[in-house]
Amino acid sequence: MATVLVPGALRAETGGESRLPVEAGGTLGGVLDEVAARWPRLERRLRDETGALRRYVNVYVDGEDCRRTGGLDTPVAASAEVQVLPSVAGG
Amino acid sequence: MAVLLAIGTQKGLFLAQAADDRRSWQVGPAHFAMQAVYAVAVDRRGGAPRLLAGVDSSHWGPSVAVSDDLGATWQEPDSAPLAFPADAGAAVQRVWQIAPATDAEPGVVWAGTQPSALFRSADGGRTYELVRSLWDHPHRPEWGEGYGGQAIHTVLPDPQDPARVVVAMSTGGVYQTADGGATWRPTNTGIKAYFLPDPWPEFGQCVHKVARDAADPRRLYAQNHHGVYRSDDAGETWQSIAGTLPSDFGFPIVAHPRRPGVIWGFPLTADGERHPVDLKCRVFRSTDAGEHWTPQSAGLPEQPYYPVVLRDAMCADDADPAGVYFGTRSGEVWASADEGESWAPVAEHLPDVLCVRAVTI
Repeated sequence: MATVLVPGALRAETGGESRLPVEAGGTLGGVLDEVAARWPRLERRLRDETGALRRYVNVYVDGEDCRRTGGLDTPVAASAEVQVLPSVAGG
Repeated sequence: MAVLLAIGTQKGLFLAQAADDRRSWQVGPAHFAMQAVYAVAVDRRGGAPRLLAGVDSSHWGPSVAVSDDLGATWQEPDSAPLAFPADAGAAVQRVWQIAPATDAEPGVVWAGTQPSALFRSADGGRTYELVRSLWDHPHRPEWGEGYGGQAIHTVLPDPQDPARVVVAMSTGGVYQTADGGATWRPTNTGIKAYFLPDPWPEFGQCVHKVARDAADPRRLYAQNHHGVYRSDDAGETWQSIAGTLPSDFGFPIVAHPRRPGVIWGFPLTADGERHPVDLKCRVFRSTDAGEHWTPQSAGLPEQPYYPVVLRDAMCADDADPAGVYFGTRSGEVWASADEGESWAPVAEHLPDVLCVRAVTI
C-alpha cells in the first residue's frame, strides 16, 4: 500500500490528514486517480481538468521528482511514498 | 445605511464596511490569503446577499467560493466548480468575471474565464457548465491575448431581456447573443484595433471593459486599448466618446446605477505610458453619455501619481447618491459618497487591487 504525503497547505482538503494510504499501484497517474475518487478536494489542487499536474506542484516518488522519472507514468511501488510539495514560486 | 465594499487583490479578498453613510470604513482581514481574487460579485436576488469570489492560487489552481454570511464562512464544492469538459482539451486558469444574471433567472450566474470562455451556473454560482456555443465559435482560434492573458473579463446580462448577453474579451472584442446563448456574433463595428494590419476588423479588438447604461440597456460604453466608445444600438455600431478626455487609454469604465448617461473612467496616458495623465490622480466623469468629461479629484492625492486602476478595480454602489470606488495596483482604495465630487481613503498598503464591488446592505 503506497502512502501519499500531504503538505500542510493542503490538509484542509483532507480533513487534516497528512498521510493518505492508497490501494492503487502501478503509476503515479493511477495513484492520483484514486486520490481524485477519495479526496476530490485535494486532487483538483494537484491536477487540472486535463489531468496535467499543475505547474507549481511537485510530486516526489520515493524522493525522486516525478518530472524526471516519467511524469504521471512514473512507477509507484506498493510500499512507495508519494510526497506532494509546493514548488518555490510566487511573489 | 451600511455599505459593503469587497476588494479583490493579488493576495486575498478584503471586505470593508461603512455603517455611517460611507464616511468611515472598517476593513477586515484577508480572506483567501495569498490567493489572487480577480473576480468578486454580490448577488442580492435571493434573501441574504451572496458573495461570490473567483480565487486562484499560483500553486493550487482556480476556484469559485460563495458565502451567504458576508464572508464569515465560505463554501466550495468538492469537485472543481468550473472546469472544461474532457473533449475541450483546455484547463481553466483564472476566473476573471462573475456576473449574476437578471431577476428573471434567479439561480443563473455567469463566469468569464481565462482562457476566453463563458461558463453558466444554474445553482446560484456554486457550480458551472461551459457555454459550448461560444467555445465552439469559429473565431476562437483567432482570439489573441494581451499581457494579462486571454480572457473573457466582462459579462453583461440584459436586465430587460434574459436572452441577450454581452461578453467582452481581450483580445477578441465584444460578442453577444440574442437567443439565450445558442449563437454568438461579434459586434465591434466602429472600434479601432490600431495594433492590427487592418485597424477595423470584424473582431480582434482589445476591449478592456464594457458597461451598460443604467436606463437604456441598448446603450453600452467601452474602454478599449486606446479608444473610448459608446453604442446606442446594443453594440451594433460604436462611436468615439474620447473627445474631451485627456487620453483614450485606460482600463475601467463604470456606469451609474440609475442615472442615464452618467459614467466614470480613469484615463492613463498611453499604452506605452501607463500612469495617470500628467501624473495627476483624477477620475473623469461624464453626465451626458461621454460627450463631455470633467475631472474629479477633490480629496485625491495631489503629489505626482503613478498607480494604475485595473479594469475591474472601479465600481459604483447602489446608494443614492451613488458611491464610486477605485483601487490601485499600489494597494490603495478610494471612495466617494457623492458620485465622485469628493474622495476619501478606504484603505492603503493592501496588495495590488484587482477588483472592487460595493452594495448597500
